[in-house]
Amino acid sequence: MSSQALVEIRDVHFGYDSRLILKGANLTFPKGKVIAVMGGSGSGKTTLLQLIAGALKPSSGYVKVDGQVIHKLDHKDLFRMRRRMGMLFQFGALFTDMSVYDNVAFQMREHTDLPEEMIRDLVLMKLHAVGLRGTHHLMPAELSGGMARRVALARTVALDPTLIMYDEPFTGLDPISLSVVANLIRRLNDALGATSVVVTHDVQESLKIVDYIYFIADGVVAAEGTPDEIRASDMPFVHQFMHGEIDGPVPFHYPSGDYGQDLNLRPDR
Amino acid sequence: MIVENLRSLGHRIVNTVWRIGYASRFFMLILLYSGTSFRRFHLIIKEIFASGVMSLIIILVAGLFVGMVLGLQGYETLKRYGSESALGSLVALSLVRELGPVLAALLFASRAGSAMTAEIGLMKATEQISAMALMAINPMARLVAPRFWAGVISVPLLTALFSVMGVFGGYMVGVVLIGVDQGSFWSQMQAGVDFRYDIVNGMIKSFVFGVAVTVIALFEGYDAPPTAEGVSGATTRTVVQSSLAILFLDFILTAFMFQGE
Ligand SMILES: Nc1ncnc2c1ncn2[C@@H]1O[C@H](COP(=O)(O)OP(=O)(O)O)[C@@H](O)[C@H]1O
Ligand SMILES: [Mg+2]
Repeated sequence: MSSQALVEIRDVHFGYDSRLILKGANLTFPKGKVIAVMGGSGSGKTTLLQLIAGALKPSSGYVKVDGQVIHKLDHKDLFRMRRRMGMLFQFGALFTDMSVYDNVAFQMREHTDLPEEMIRDLVLMKLHAVGLRGTHHLMPAELSGGMARRVALARTVALDPTLIMYDEPFTGLDPISLSVVANLIRRLNDALGATSVVVTHDVQESLKIVDYIYFIADGVVAAEGTPDEIRASDMPFVHQFMHGEIDGPVPFHYPSGDYGQDLNLRPDR
Repeated sequence: MIVENLRSLGHRIVNTVWRIGYASRFFMLILLYSGTSFRRFHLIIKEIFASGVMSLIIILVAGLFVGMVLGLQGYETLKRYGSESALGSLVALSLVRELGPVLAALLFASRAGSAMTAEIGLMKATEQISAMALMAINPMARLVAPRFWAGVISVPLLTALFSVMGVFGGYMVGVVLIGVDQGSFWSQMQAGVDFRYDIVNGMIKSFVFGVAVTVIALFEGYDAPPTAEGVSGATTRTVVQSSLAILFLDFILTAFMFQGE
């Protein structure tokens, strides 16, 4: 499988300041697959994507994309590598001072010498693929949340990336937009022959569209498997996450002192 | 008590020095990444349109009023010495040397500078800047440098317009309203204002102010914490700091330029 892997994350340690966020993460994303990465808020999912994109450097271990160690690339090679990646940010991050059309055309204009007529056709094709060809003249502020996310999706795949990363693409979407976006992620991946990583909290929706799932907790991969394996899993962690239970291996309480002491209760009373 | 005050004072000074250092580094990076802006000049044109045109109305109106006030006050004072005919020269010199560059830059800072900070700060807060970097496009080259050059080009142009409107305002009050002789108004102005000494120096001032205001505005935006409070705080700091910078630089430049001849 490893020869077929597009992304290999090996024993990656990383921390902001002194607090370690990742403590030896190992993940493999095979070519052509859609992979989900799940974990609670603050478990380091966004950080992991930043490490893959080379915006952060691991303190030990490495991330390889297509056989190349990302943090060893120089600026020029890193930028060349990034042209083959697409990243959908949590809230889309559309450029607010540009129309929908210009947003999708942006990378084509920056990175290619294509004539404007060809860019026009490509932009309309990308927008058509997300069902929003009719919005090309609108500004991002005029779109609903679900539409903005789909436009951002069209922009993310503008240059047909080989690796597409989604950072919580379902956040704040109504159930219908949510399954529209989820299905688009799958369809675009297969149409482009790309590899996709979806960082998400949404277990139910993502189990329907992904090929493999990683759960991250406490800086390492706590569980992994295909959707069927995950559904059948009786690991307490997976169970808690799947069913949204409040307390379990992932504690409800932030580590704190003795409750009674904090409330000034004397033990002798 | 005293020790504590001293300590906090020292802390603030150290902090300020750090920020000035960061801002200087930021300025260097802008210059380093300016190539794209000049190869694709339409990026600059677009920003000149956004920031220059936005300040145009306020500059024109303010210039007119300042010129009218100069006409009134100048006439009042000159009349005491019986030299009302020098009004044209006084109005023009005040505008070209001092009031034009300083006031136009102050107005630009509060109108366009604060907007630049807010725009860049919001782009950062909504991850547009990270998104751009991950698209393998350098935000310094694509976003920041064109805005910088737009500011540097706009401020001297706006200053010139401010001064022209001011002269017109002085003319309206002095000649049309009060009745100073039109011929001597213009001829005194022509004789009093030297191209090299007054106009070029005034333009150098406004160029320096333009650099200062836009670097401060862009730096504050780029450096703003990515939250609503962060951006609003940065916007306020842009106006305060660029105003102080303009007045301070004006003193330094004036001391070097106009040593009395
Ligand atoms: N720039 C940063 N500086 C310091 N700490 C950060 C920074 N970004 C994220 N963190 C911290 O790192 C942890 C993981 O963050 P993140 O990867 O964003 O989590 P997730 O995306 O899983 O919610 C969080 O506790 C967060 O507070
Ligand atoms: Mg996150």
